[in-house]
Amino acid sequence: MTTLAQPSRTTTAPRPARPRRLRRWLGENALRIYAGLALAYVFLPIAYVTVFSFNVPGRTNLTWRGFTTTNWAHPCDAPDVCAAVGNSLRIGLVSTLIATVLGTLMAFALARHRFRGRATTNVLLFLPMATPEVVLAASLLTLFLNLRLPLGYWTIVAAHVMFCISFVVVTVKARVASLDPRLEQAARDLYAGEFETFRRITLPLVAPGIAGAALLAFSLSFDDFIITNFVSGEVTTFPKFVYVSAQRGIPAQAYVIGAAAFFVSLAVVLGGEALRRRGPGR
Amino acid sequence: MSGGADLRLSSVTKRFGDFVAVDDLDLTIPAGSFFALLGPSGCGKTTTLRMVAGLEEPTQGRIHLGDRDVTTTKPHQREVNTVFQTYALFPHMDVFENVAFGLRRRKVKDVTAKVDEALNLVELGHLARRRPAQLSGGQQQRIALARAVVNRPSVLLLDEPLGALDLKLRRQMQVELKRIQTEVGLTFVHVTHDQEEAMTMADTIAVMNAGRIEQLGSPLDLYESPHTTFVANFLGQSNLLEGSVQGRSGDDVLVHVHGRRLVVPGHRNRSTTAGLLVGVRPEKVGLVPQGRAVPEGQNLLDGGVVVDASFCGVSTQYLVRMPWGQQLSVFTQNLAVGGVLPVGTAVSLAWEPAHTFALAGDAAAGAEVEDALAGVG
Amino acid sequence: MTIASATHPPGIGQPARPPAPPERSRRGRRTPYLLLLPGLVWLLAFFAVPLVTLAGTSTQTPAPSGETGAFQQTFRLANYLDALTEYAPQFGRSFLYALVATVLALLIGYPLAYAIAFKAGRWRNVLLVLVVAPFFCSFILRTIAWRQILADEGFVVRSLKSLHLIGDTTTLTASAVAVVAGITYNFLPFMTLPLYASLERIDGRLLEAGADLYGSSPTVFRKVTFPLSMPGVVAGTLLTFIPAAGDYVNAALLGNSRTTMIGNVVQSRFFTIVDYPTAAALSFLLMAAIVVLVAVYVRRAGTEELV
Repeated sequence: MTTLAQPSRTTTAPRPARPRRLRRWLGENALRIYAGLALAYVFLPIAYVTVFSFNVPGRTNLTWRGFTTTNWAHPCDAPDVCAAVGNSLRIGLVSTLIATVLGTLMAFALARHRFRGRATTNVLLFLPMATPEVVLAASLLTLFLNLRLPLGYWTIVAAHVMFCISFVVVTVKARVASLDPRLEQAARDLYAGEFETFRRITLPLVAPGIAGAALLAFSLSFDDFIITNFVSGEVTTFPKFVYVSAQRGIPAQAYVIGAAAFFVSLAVVLGGEALRRRGPGR
Repeated sequence: MSGGADLRLSSVTKRFGDFVAVDDLDLTIPAGSFFALLGPSGCGKTTTLRMVAGLEEPTQGRIHLGDRDVTTTKPHQREVNTVFQTYALFPHMDVFENVAFGLRRRKVKDVTAKVDEALNLVELGHLARRRPAQLSGGQQQRIALARAVVNRPSVLLLDEPLGALDLKLRRQMQVELKRIQTEVGLTFVHVTHDQEEAMTMADTIAVMNAGRIEQLGSPLDLYESPHTTFVANFLGQSNLLEGSVQGRSGDDVLVHVHGRRLVVPGHRNRSTTAGLLVGVRPEKVGLVPQGRAVPEGQNLLDGGVVVDASFCGVSTQYLVRMPWGQQLSVFTQNLAVGGVLPVGTAVSLAWEPAHTFALAGDAAAGAEVEDALAGVG
Repeated sequence: MTIASATHPPGIGQPARPPAPPERSRRGRRTPYLLLLPGLVWLLAFFAVPLVTLAGTSTQTPAPSGETGAFQQTFRLANYLDALTEYAPQFGRSFLYALVATVLALLIGYPLAYAIAFKAGRWRNVLLVLVVAPFFCSFILRTIAWRQILADEGFVVRSLKSLHLIGDTTTLTASAVAVVAGITYNFLPFMTLPLYASLERIDGRLLEAGADLYGSSPTVFRKVTFPLSMPGVVAGTLLTFIPAAGDYVNAALLGNSRTTMIGNVVQSRFFTIVDYPTAAALSFLLMAAIVVLVAVYVRRAGTEELV
């Protein structure tokens, strides 16, 4: 009479035929498979660069001659490579320092204070990010030519700082804005004056944002080509070196630098991520 | 640290643009007491607290800590500490450093000993090296308390500190806070919207509404003898009936309510006009089923019909509809063996005249909130 | 007037809550300006002023002395017209390549962003890093790597030819296809990250509600997910299209003389043929065109969805 007595045994229904199971598995995982393929596509040139960094050096690095680790052991065998990398590092460090300081100050002003001219400031910060690099490059070069400034190290730094500031401001401002104001109120409630509150509470909590902004600025500076190409005069940075030597042949050591930069940065970022995960409160 | 200073607010007003958050407040909180600022959201209690802490400055008026005028003193120069609603524990420091923060800023000696003492007071000494993110809500709350108490301030401010805890934990912490306050002897000023919490913990309560204090007194006084309809409705529940004064009999006032005569003790009448509101708390009222005898000398409202009966374990809450349409609440302790009176029973309401009070004014005060709840009565 | 007993109000609002009090700037009114000053000065000096100088240059003409690099200010606005007519093909090409590349990046990047946002679980951040990681290797090297990978003698092309997927005489490098492919590849993260950001913000329960209300997976995507991800789509397409339109490296490395883009022309007008006014005029024309296109696009996409 009652049909409720017997629980249905749907969980042990006969398994569907193989093709259907396959189709279902594909359907559920299609996106994951796609993501894997997309990432493979993204990494293909990197893999190429890495592989060819082990190529036996020759005039050009276009054909595979054999496996060797000498490039990695002696990356400076092609002298121009290391000079260029050195320039890029020096310029990068100085630009990062200046841009991070200037940008952090601006970020605090924007996140914490009300003032007139806020809209104008925001526009002025947004425009460099939105302007095509070739326009920025052309305008800077025109300025330097008109002022008869010698093109070189400092003109590059000036340009790099200019386009990095906006990115630093955006990054740090987000971090400052997400800081709970009650923490600073609590610090003041607990006898910390303005400066002490900033030093012991605000700064340590904003520091990761500042560090992230600095890393971003450094990578933007190190890898910049278009603007650098316009305003560098005789100074060669690493990207410029690779571009110029593309015609006659890029030395294998340059591939080493490229691959090394990739792996080091990857390690830094993933390491930071792992630290964050293993950190307190997880 | 000084423990013997009274906190005095004189004509304190705070305006945000056109909005008046705190309106000409006068308040004296004696040293060593457990004081509660009670009121609904937006009544100005948190703003008052922040002015005492120094995180806001009054638009007008003065604040005195003992003899010292602290109205414009910065927070880090006042001997006042706050336990924040969201605890505001510093996430990048461990528990020990959090609690030690205030001590270190004031360059106090024996930091370790004092921090240990404070942690033991809240019974969390074993968590000294953990980070706040690793603690439960209740533990965080106790650490926030320890962090404030360790500085032995003149006044300790608590901004709805138990709001984020679940019911059982909240009850525990209410007892704990009371114990700590008595043990350490500090002045506690507790801001809350939970009237039960305020009544449980505080020696004195100030009920605030729209920036003003409606009534100030002990929990018992406030509850049994409310001075305004807001207090009558905000603290617990009240049955409020419109009536008009008919005459006097000795000390008592005779009031005509919907054709019936009620007696209000003279000293419990806050109204000065002929028209007033007669009030009685639901738990003071007894239900007399029709046909039973009514006890002598009691205020009596006959003609009611039970429309709802909710069994609540300890008590039963009845809603009784009166002939004039109003629904009155009656709470009965479940002593009778017979069980709950069924819906539809004809009953009379009877209570001791001594429990009656009378108020002036708008019976809806505190009840516009009720309209928002849309469903009571 | 029914006077019933009021229940205890659990914190339900009374008349309007006070507005959030302004930050007490005890440090005084001058602080924000002092904080902004250094950065603003730098930006003015190296962004605003150069643009003004560029504008000035764009109206110059060659000096009568005829020496290279010598120009005089004549306020000749016709420079713009000349530049536009002479280089119209490059303009058209730049925007075409940028558009195609943007669309391709959207098609490739959207499912990737979707997968990371909804299917990645704990590995989200790692995957995001991986998407951006190629940027850590010099972008010139990566582009040259593509040129090598797609070279006629390379493994890829040889396999495709032996499988008869492409003709024997087809060459993939030094072509418009390669340029567009290069642009797509190089700007893919600019598309993926904003897409991810807006997809990640979508409350999963909205999708559940869609399914609960009888929406099939494709329908839920079409009617719920995609519209909600529009801000990311708009941001991603803008962040990809704008720099792509001005790019010249991909065209230089992967293209030929018939695939030059505006960026190439500007670069050559500065360094090969010294013709600053034309280069300047071209730069401003590029900016103006971008501004117009973006304004039209944003208005059609709906500015309310921009935030």
